[in-house]
Amino acid sequence: MSSQTQNPIMRDIALFAALGVLVLVIFVSQGAVYSVRMLVEAGCYGIIALGLTIQWGYAGLFNVGIMGFIAAGAASSMLMTFPRNPDFWNSGGPELAGLFIVKLIACALALWLANNSNRWGVGPRLRALLITIAIAVSYLVLSFHMTVMSEEIEKASGWMGGLGLPVFFGWIIAGVIAGIIAWFVGKICLGLRSDYLAIATLGIAQIIKHFLKNADWLTNGTLTVSPMPWPVPSPADGEFLFARAAYLSVVAVALLITYLLLQRAYHSPWGRMMRAIRDNEEAAGAMGKNVNRRRLEIFILGCVLMGIGGAMLIHFTSIYDPSGFLDLNHTFLIWVMVILGGSGNNRGAIFGAIFVYIVWVMSEPLAVMLFDAIATYGNQWLGWEAPSDFLSRALQMRVFVIGLTITLVLRLAPQGLLPERQARH
Amino acid sequence: MNDLVFFLNKGITSGLIIGSIYALGAIGLTLIFGILRFAHFAHGDLMTLGAFVTLILAAALAALGVTLPLPLAFVVMFPAMAITAVLAIGLDKMFYKPLRQAGARPVVLVMASVGVTLMLQGVIRLFAGVRSRDMFVEAPKEIYRIPIPGATRNLVVTEPQILLMLFTVVAVIALHFFLTRARLGKAMRAVSDNPDLARITGINTEHVVWATWIIGGSLACAAGTMLSMDVTLKPDLSFNILLPIFAATIVGGIGQPYGAIAGGFLVGFCETLAVFNWSIVLRPFKDELWFDLPSNMSLVPTEYKLMVPFLILIIVLIYRPTGIFKGRVL
Amino acid sequence: MSLLDIKDLHAGYGAMSILKGVNLSLEAGEIGVIVGPNGAGKSTTLKAIFGMLNITEGSIHFDGEDITGIGSEQLASHRISFVPQENNVFPTLSVHENLEMGAYIRRDDFSRVMDHVYEIFPPLKEKRHQPAGELSGGQRQMVAFGRALMIEPKLILLDEPTAGLSPMFMSQIFDRVIAINQTGVTVAMVEQNAKQALAIAHKGFVLAGGQNSYTDTGQNLLNNPDVAKSFLGG
Repeated sequence: MSSQTQNPIMRDIALFAALGVLVLVIFVSQGAVYSVRMLVEAGCYGIIALGLTIQWGYAGLFNVGIMGFIAAGAASSMLMTFPRNPDFWNSGGPELAGLFIVKLIACALALWLANNSNRWGVGPRLRALLITIAIAVSYLVLSFHMTVMSEEIEKASGWMGGLGLPVFFGWIIAGVIAGIIAWFVGKICLGLRSDYLAIATLGIAQIIKHFLKNADWLTNGTLTVSPMPWPVPSPADGEFLFARAAYLSVVAVALLITYLLLQRAYHSPWGRMMRAIRDNEEAAGAMGKNVNRRRLEIFILGCVLMGIGGAMLIHFTSIYDPSGFLDLNHTFLIWVMVILGGSGNNRGAIFGAIFVYIVWVMSEPLAVMLFDAIATYGNQWLGWEAPSDFLSRALQMRVFVIGLTITLVLRLAPQGLLPERQARH
Repeated sequence: MNDLVFFLNKGITSGLIIGSIYALGAIGLTLIFGILRFAHFAHGDLMTLGAFVTLILAAALAALGVTLPLPLAFVVMFPAMAITAVLAIGLDKMFYKPLRQAGARPVVLVMASVGVTLMLQGVIRLFAGVRSRDMFVEAPKEIYRIPIPGATRNLVVTEPQILLMLFTVVAVIALHFFLTRARLGKAMRAVSDNPDLARITGINTEHVVWATWIIGGSLACAAGTMLSMDVTLKPDLSFNILLPIFAATIVGGIGQPYGAIAGGFLVGFCETLAVFNWSIVLRPFKDELWFDLPSNMSLVPTEYKLMVPFLILIIVLIYRPTGIFKGRVL
Repeated sequence: MSLLDIKDLHAGYGAMSILKGVNLSLEAGEIGVIVGPNGAGKSTTLKAIFGMLNITEGSIHFDGEDITGIGSEQLASHRISFVPQENNVFPTLSVHENLEMGAYIRRDDFSRVMDHVYEIFPPLKEKRHQPAGELSGGQRQMVAFGRALMIEPKLILLDEPTAGLSPMFMSQIFDRVIAINQTGVTVAMVEQNAKQALAIAHKGFVLAGGQNSYTDTGQNLLNNPDVAKSFLGG
C-alpha cells in the first residue's frame, strides 16, 4: 500500500526534475533573457491551466472559450491600468460613458423586473411579451447610445484610455470581470447538456474577441495599446534581464499562491463536497447538495483564474492587441496542457503548462527550419517550386499536431481522462 | 420602387441564400446530435473540406478542357458529396467510434471532434494556404439582372444562388421522403428516439450511423461548396460558420431535421435583416415619420453580424432550450 | 429439451453480483412467471439473457444453442423479443411505424402479421397514424407488445408489463398474454402483481436475494401457504 502512495510522488519529482533539466538546456542554448521571458509566459499559462483544470477535473465542464476570458481579463486590466488619455477626459466622452452605465443598469433592472414578473401574478404570455419588449427596448437604447458614444470618443480623442490605477488592482479587476461573464454564461448553460456549455463558451469567445477588435473607442483597435504598465520596473527603466526576472518572481509567487490555495480548497469541506459530486453525481444530488450551484462556483473560479492569468500575460508582452487573441494559442493549447498533464491534478496542470509551452515555443523555429529544408531539397532534387506562402504554412503544422495530440490522448484514455483519484486516508 | 428592389436584393435574397446554407449544415448537425448524441464541432471544417474536394475536381476537369452548360463546380459537387460522405465515415471510424465503443461520455466525443476540426484545419491550410479561392475555375459566374417594372434598379440573382435554392428544395423533399418512407430512414428516427430499444428490435445501428454520416457529410459538402460559389472559398470558415449553424440546430430542436431547416432560415433571415440598412426602405415614407432618418439605420452594424446568431442562441437557451420543435435537452 | 434453460447463473454489474445461482427452465409453449420482492433480481434475470450484465458463472441456452453473453442486438435474430418496463416505444414514430420497426429484420411481407397484431389490439388500428408518445399508458403498452410480436418470436420476455396500469388494463394484458401464448409463443414474464400473474402461469419462479426460493407450477405456488405468506401479499 505504501509503495502505491509513494509512486505518484516519486513520479512527480522525477517529472519536475526532468522539466528542470529541459529548462536548463534552454537557458544554455538560448540565453538567459530569452529563457526568462519563456518562463514568465509559461507561468502565466500555468495559472490559466489551473483554472481550466478545476473546471474539467472537478466539474467535468468543457470550456472552449478560454480565449474569451483571457481577452476580457486582459482588456479590463488594460483599461484600469493604462495611463489616462487627457483628450478623452476633456471631451464629452466621460459624460457619455457615465450615461451609458446608468442606462445599462436601468435596462438590466427592467429586464430583471420583466423576468420576475410572474412573481407578481403576471401570466406566462404577458410575461413573455414583457421580456421581449424589455430586450428589444434595451437593445435599441443601448446600441444607439453606444453608436453615438463610440463616434464621439473616436472623433475627439481616438480612444478612451485607461484609468491609471495600480497594476495589481488591474489584475484583480481582470479576474472580477471574467468572473461576472462566467456567471452569466454558467447560469444559462449549466444544468443543460454538456455540449451546450461548449457551444456557448465558443460563442462568447468569438463575440468578446469580435467586440474588442471592432470597438476602437475602447481598445484602440488596430492601433493597439502599448506600452502596458508592469508591476515591477519595466525594461524601459532598467535592464532587460533584471526587469524580466522581477516579473518572473511576481508570476512565480502568484502561481505558487494559487496552487497552495487550490490544494487547501481541495482538502477543505468544500473540496470534499466537490469530490463527492464528481465521483457520484446522482448520489450527491439525492443527498440534497445543489450540484449545479457547485458547478457554477467552480466555473466562475476557473474563469477568474483565466482572467487574471490572461491579464498577467498581456501586461508582460507589453502590447495589448485585440486581434492578437487566437483560438489556437489561447484555447486549444491550454487544453493540451491540461490533458497531457493529467486533468484534475493541479501539479500536473503546472507541469503540462510549462512543458507544453516550451515545446510550443521551440516548435515555431523548428517548423520553419523543416519547411525551409523541404523547399530547398525539393527544389534541388525534384525541381519542385514551393508556393510563395510556403513558410507561413509551416505554422499550420502546429495546428495539425495540436489536433492530433488531443485525439490521440483521447484514443488512449477514452474514459475521458478521469481526474486522478487521490489516495483515501 | 427602387427601394423595394433593394430590399428584395439585400434583404430577401441574401436571407434565402444564407438561410439555405445554414439549413443544409444544420440538418447534418442535428442528425448527428440526435443519433450519435454529441455536438459535432468539426462540421464547419467538414464543409470547408467538401468545398475543397469540389474545387480540386473542378480544376482537374477544367485542366482537361471540359466545358458544360452548368458551372463545373456545381456538377462535380455531386461526386464531391459522395467523397466527403466517405471521408466522414472514415473520420467516425478512426476517431469517434472507438470512443463510443469504450463508453465515453458525450463531452469526450465533443472534445474529440475539436481535435478533428483542428487536424482538418491544419491539413487544409497546409495544402491550400490561407488565401481565398474562386470556385469558378473555367468561367465567371452568370449574373442575371431582371428588370422590374417601375424601377431603375434590377433584381440581381446569380446562377449559383438559383442552383442553391433549387438544390435546397430538392434536398429537403428527398430527405422528407427518406425519413418517412424508407426503411433506413425510419430506422434513423427510431435510433434517434430510443437507441436501446432500437438495438433490441434488431435495427442495425451500424447502418444507421453510416447513413447519418452520409447525409451529414454530403450536405455539409453541398453547403460549403455553394457558400464558396456565392462568395469565395475561404479556408478559415470554421468557427465563424459553426456558431450560426449550432444556433440553427438548437433553435430548431436537437434531433429534429425539420426544426433544423426552420432554424437555419430563421437565423439566416435574422442575421440578414438585422444588418440591413432599413433607412433605405423607409426613405419613401420619411415625411410621415416623427424622427429624422439617419443615413444608416441597421439594427446591428455589419462588423457585429456574428452577434446575431449568438444572441439568438442565448435567448433560446434561456427561455426555450428544447427549441421550436421540442428536441432533447439533457 | 427446454426452450430456455438458465443454469446456475451468477451475474451482476461490474464487481457487484446480483444473481447468485439462478436456475430457470421453460418448455416451448409455456408461460413462465418470475416473482419476488424488490431487489430479488427478477428483471436482472431477464436482462442477463442479453448481455446487459457481467456474467461470471453459469450458462444460458435457448433452443439448444448457447447464448450466454449475447448482446441485445442479437436478440431479434434469435427470435427472442424483449419488452422493457419503461421507454418501450419509439415516441415520435407512429403506431404503424413502431410495428414496422419491430419487423425490421424481416425481409418478407409481414402485412399478415401486422393485421394479426391489429386484431389482438383493436385500439391500435384506429390510432395507427398517431405518434406513439401521445398515447395513454395502456395503449403504449399495447404498442410495445405489438412491436415485439412482429418477428413472430419463439420467446417473448416481458418486464413488469402491468406496471403502473389500472386493474382493468391489467386483466386485459393478462388475457392477451394468454392469447399470444396460445399461438405457440413461449412467455417469460417478470411481475410485481404476483397473484394474478401466477394464476395464468404454467411455471412460477420465486426469487429472493438473487437466488431461487420456490419453483413450481403457478397453481401450486398459489396454493402454497409459505409462498402466500411471504410473497403474495397483494
